[in-house]
Amino acid sequence: MNNQGSLLEIKNLTVQYVTDGECVHAVNNISLTIPQGKTLGLVGETGAGKTTTALSILKLLPKFTGRVIGGKILFGGEDLLEKSEEQMGKIRGGRISMIFQDPMTSLNPVLTVHNQIAEVLKLHSTHLKRESLDGEIGRLLEMVGIPSSRMFEYPHQFSGGMKQRVVIAIAIACSPELLIADEPTTALDVTIQAQVLKMMRKLRQELGSSMLMITHDLGVVANICDYVAIMYAGEIVEYGTLEDIFDPDCKHHPYTVGLFRSIPNIHVNSRRLQPIDGLMPEPTALPDGCKFHPRCPHCTDACRSGEIQTVSYGTHGIKCILYRSEELVGNTFHRTEDAL
Amino acid sequence: MSQPLLECRSLKKYFDTPRGKLHAVDDISFTIEAGKTLGVVGESGCGKSTLGRTILRLLPATSGEILFEGKNILTYTKKESLELRRKMQIVFQDPYSSLDPRKTVFQTISEPLQVHHVYQSRAEIQQRTLELMLTVGLTERYSSIYPHEMDGGRRQRVGIARALSLNPKFIVCDEPVSALDVSIQAQVLNLMMDIQEQMGLTYLFITHNLSVVKHISDEIAVMYLGQMIELAPAEELFLHPAHPYTKALLQAIPIPALGQNNLEKESLSGELTSPINPKPGCRFAPRCRYATERCSATECHLTEIAPNHLCACPLIQMS
Repeated sequence: MNNQGSLLEIKNLTVQYVTDGECVHAVNNISLTIPQGKTLGLVGETGAGKTTTALSILKLLPKFTGRVIGGKILFGGEDLLEKSEEQMGKIRGGRISMIFQDPMTSLNPVLTVHNQIAEVLKLHSTHLKRESLDGEIGRLLEMVGIPSSRMFEYPHQFSGGMKQRVVIAIAIACSPELLIADEPTTALDVTIQAQVLKMMRKLRQELGSSMLMITHDLGVVANICDYVAIMYAGEIVEYGTLEDIFDPDCKHHPYTVGLFRSIPNIHVNSRRLQPIDGLMPEPTALPDGCKFHPRCPHCTDACRSGEIQTVSYGTHGIKCILYRSEELVGNTFHRTEDAL
Repeated sequence: MSQPLLECRSLKKYFDTPRGKLHAVDDISFTIEAGKTLGVVGESGCGKSTLGRTILRLLPATSGEILFEGKNILTYTKKESLELRRKMQIVFQDPYSSLDPRKTVFQTISEPLQVHHVYQSRAEIQQRTLELMLTVGLTERYSSIYPHEMDGGRRQRVGIARALSLNPKFIVCDEPVSALDVSIQAQVLNLMMDIQEQMGLTYLFITHNLSVVKHISDEIAVMYLGQMIELAPAEELFLHPAHPYTKALLQAIPIPALGQNNLEKESLSGELTSPINPKPGCRFAPRCRYATERCSATECHLTEIAPNHLCACPLIQMS
């Protein structure tokens, strides 16, 4: 990946939660890059460390338990981990903002939508005059598809999809450079999800923001992302462009393969699904070697100990000993595109 | 043909609200044969959960009949209802609020066993509970843990184990896998199908996820604003969806494959209209792109448009 055009670069980030003598290895030595104006999909199951990654970007980890052990988070060339709380306050909601998963709980029930959007604008867009505030809020609401006449209503007067639109309006209020969306459509119905995704794609074009899309839905990823990183037990097991990950002719990490097989596909008529056996390992006691080896059908002795290296070819990388770099070459049509 | 285990006859459930009658379940009739699964799909607010709860008598029905094993359970006495509870169970939608936060996993799963005096000794209860926990993929370590210490997926497993504990005949599954991860979701769906085969269970499977419902259901009912608008065998519904709403629902599913970026196509605009005092005629008409004036004038009922395929669209019925 071209590092010059990258907006966010995470290098060897490790995050742990320490509670009563137990140490939860939430994120283990991950590296990510989000190029300017592109969307990276961070895919993984519950407990894979997706949300922890997002929270550490914003330095919102729980104060007493969450600890960044090592690594760098470079945002526009500056390390966010070295910023003071005051400096972070300016970045949060201004240059980086977040859309939370559950619109029902991420809005304040006793404030009108107008108040909640105004709060962000007052904090970050200080040049905005009081008189133009209403107009700006109306404009933001219209952008996400809510009539501006509803700005003085309370969250309970909106439906779930509408509430998520309000949350998105708050997130984009200051035209952030990076938008972190943590499962933005998981709580919504399919038809509303389709509307919201469509709208997010449109907004991304209008604002030119980069996006970190956290999701477990590979269908959503296929529809909105440019790059994909698959997380498992706090590690990135596979990354690449959307084509790298979704091309069935490419080589994939056994976990990625399992993930695709577990999705009920409406176009395939098999009644039985093929789930990945077993459960996610306990984050307090991760296995040695490859974290996936207890569930992996291709597990060998070499997988059970030592550090697993990531092999990569061009944009595509897999953290698995099964493959050598040359083998990652899939079919050639989109390779030539990357080389150019 | 096996005997229908459950039959609903023009079941209605209205709620009184300050603004009028809310038609949550409006004139719904269907049968489920023993050992089969009826999938109910629809957006939130279409009344699918209310339907499930009314069938279990967790909500009193406004009118209609529910026949379980041939008897109308709406007229059951309190004692009969208690017996009925052992045969009909539910897995709730929200694993965050359906578990008692002050009970450990063990207490939650073993509670039905104690209430119904299934076992005499504590050891038997303990054995059965651990067995149930293993069935749903929870290790013994979890037995002394409280719900807040678990993630959503594991909490839902506790809910499933609790529903299975009394060996019921019929389970209403109210979005049981919506909160689970895909790899775990697949495990749980397989598990539920296995249990169904082994124990001859009958499911009413409520979900908004069409791809999930296709895998588990024999028949699928699509609901919109309290009414059943389409009812067909699973294969048939996916191959030949008839109702415009069903078609829109199928199209809105994001497909996890390249080059099938389907969301660019025209998606359904607008949201559910109010279920309070609905206007006569087709309730989907305001969002339907094929709607004509006749749609809001004619009352539509489920009619057979192909063998076993029922649809309530005034346009299809006329043509």
